[in-house]
Amino acid sequence: MIKNNEMIAGSNLEKVLRAGHFAVTGELGPPTNADKSIIDEKAEHLRGVVDAVNITDNQTAVVRMSSIAVAAMLIEKGLEPVVQMTARDRNRIAIQSDLLGAWALGAKNLLCLTGDHQIFGNHPEAKGVFDMDSIQMLAMMRDMHEKGIIQSGDDIDVPPTFFLGAAANPFAPPYEYRPYRLAKKIQAGAKFIQTQCIYNMPRFKEYMQRAGDMGLLDNVYVMGGVTPLKNVGMAKYMAKSVPGLDVPEEYIDRMRGATSGIPKENKKARRQALREEGIAICVETIQQLQEIPGMHGVHIMAIEWESAVPIIVEKAGLFPRPSV
Amino acid sequence: MKKGSWIQNYPKGLERLYKFAERVFLGLDGLWSGLGYDMSEKLIKPAEDLFKTVVFECNECGQCVLHYTGMTCPMNCPKQLRNGPCGGTRVNGHCEVEEDMECVWLNAFERSVKMPLYGEEIVNIEPIHNWIREGESAWINMLREKDGTYQDSTPEKLELADRELWE
Repeated sequence: MIKNNEMIAGSNLEKVLRAGHFAVTGELGPPTNADKSIIDEKAEHLRGVVDAVNITDNQTAVVRMSSIAVAAMLIEKGLEPVVQMTARDRNRIAIQSDLLGAWALGAKNLLCLTGDHQIFGNHPEAKGVFDMDSIQMLAMMRDMHEKGIIQSGDDIDVPPTFFLGAAANPFAPPYEYRPYRLAKKIQAGAKFIQTQCIYNMPRFKEYMQRAGDMGLLDNVYVMGGVTPLKNVGMAKYMAKSVPGLDVPEEYIDRMRGATSGIPKENKKARRQALREEGIAICVETIQQLQEIPGMHGVHIMAIEWESAVPIIVEKAGLFPRPSV
Repeated sequence: MKKGSWIQNYPKGLERLYKFAERVFLGLDGLWSGLGYDMSEKLIKPAEDLFKTVVFECNECGQCVLHYTGMTCPMNCPKQLRNGPCGGTRVNGHCEVEEDMECVWLNAFERSVKMPLYGEEIVNIEPIHNWIREGESAWINMLREKDGTYQDSTPEKLELADRELWE
C-alpha cells in the first residue's frame, strides 16, 4: 500500500492510481513530419481504453513532432497526456522553460528521462546535451514544487506541480545496483515508475522482490512496461540488437510457432496469426504482472501499432477503465 | 578497450591513497590560503591533471566525485551520467554507445563494493554539474567549498537504511 496518498497534480492517472485501480497507460509516438491527422488517428485507438497516453520525446533520437505540442493536441481532444522529457536535446534553461509551458497548456503528468544517445537516431552527428540526468531532472522539478525554486535557486511564484514519473530498467547490468537507482529516483521525486518492456518475468520478479525488501514500494506506483511482438523479425531484433532489452528465446520460438500449419502463400493469415500470438503473449504478461506485489498498473508500448492497445486492454480484462 | 589504467583495479588501495592525499592537502590549507587559492590553483593544477589523467582518464570537470563513484570518472560515460548507469548497458557489460568500452558505471559499481571507506557513497544523489567549474582544480575547489565560496557540489544523502552490498 502506498503510504503518502496526498493528491499532487490531480491528473486522471494520479486519481486512478491513488484510488487503488490497476492503471493502464498507452504510448503515442508523434509523427516524423508535420501531419496532424496522424495524431488524430492514433489518438482514437487509445481513447477510453487507457488512463493516460505517454507522448514520446524524439524516441531513439529520431526527429519527430514535439512531445509537448502533441500533448496539447491530446488535451484539446479530451485525452490525458504523460509528457516525456529527455535531457538529451535541451539544457537546464530549455527544459525548465518547456516544462513551464507544458504545465500552462494543461499537461499534468511528466516522465523524466535521460534519453537515448543521439548516435542511434537519424542525426548521429548532433551534439548531445545531457546537461543533467533523469534523476537530477526529477529533483529539479521536485524542488520547484516543494521549495518554490528553479534550478538556479531563484524563487518561482507559480511553480508547475506535475505528477512526476520515471523509467526503470531491471534488465541491464549491473543488476544489483538497479534497485538503488530506483531508490534515487523515488527520493528525487518520482511518484510513478514505468518500466522497460518486460519479457524476462523471473528477472523482473526478482527485481520487485528486492525493491520491496528495501522498502521502496511503499512510496511509488510501479507500472510494468509491455510491448506486443508483431512478428518473428521484431522479436529477434529486440532480443539481439536493442541494448537493455531482455527477450528470452522461448518468446522467439513461440512467435515462430504461430504460423505452423498455415501455408507460406497465405501471407495474410500468417501475418494475422503472428499478431494474435504477440497479443496473447502480451496479455499473459499483464496477467502475471497483476499478481506481483507492488504492481499498480501496466504501460502498453505498442510501437507503431496503436490499434492493438484496445484489444490487449479488453483481453486482459482491464476494460472499461474506471472514471474517477 | 578499457578506459583508465590497471591501478583502478585496486579500488581499495586507491581510496586509501585518496584519503591520505586529502588529509595532507587539507592539512596544508594554511599554505594554500596564504598563497591565495587562485595562485595555489596555478601551482597544483598541472600535477593534479597529470595524476588524474594517467590514472583515471580525468575529464577536468572541476567537481571531482571519484571517491563517490568507485574511483571511476563518470565523465567518461558518453552521456556523462553522474547518478548511475543508463538503461542501455549491454548484457556483456559494455556501453551501448561505445561497444568496445566497458560501461563506466558497471566498473564504478563493482569497484565501489570493494571500497570500505567511501563505497556506499555511490547511492547518493549527485547534483547537477556546474559547468563553470570545468577546467578548474577540483582540489582547490574542495577548499572553496569548505570556506563557503562555492556551495554547489554536495550530494543529497539517500535516505535508505539498506546498504547491504557495501557492508
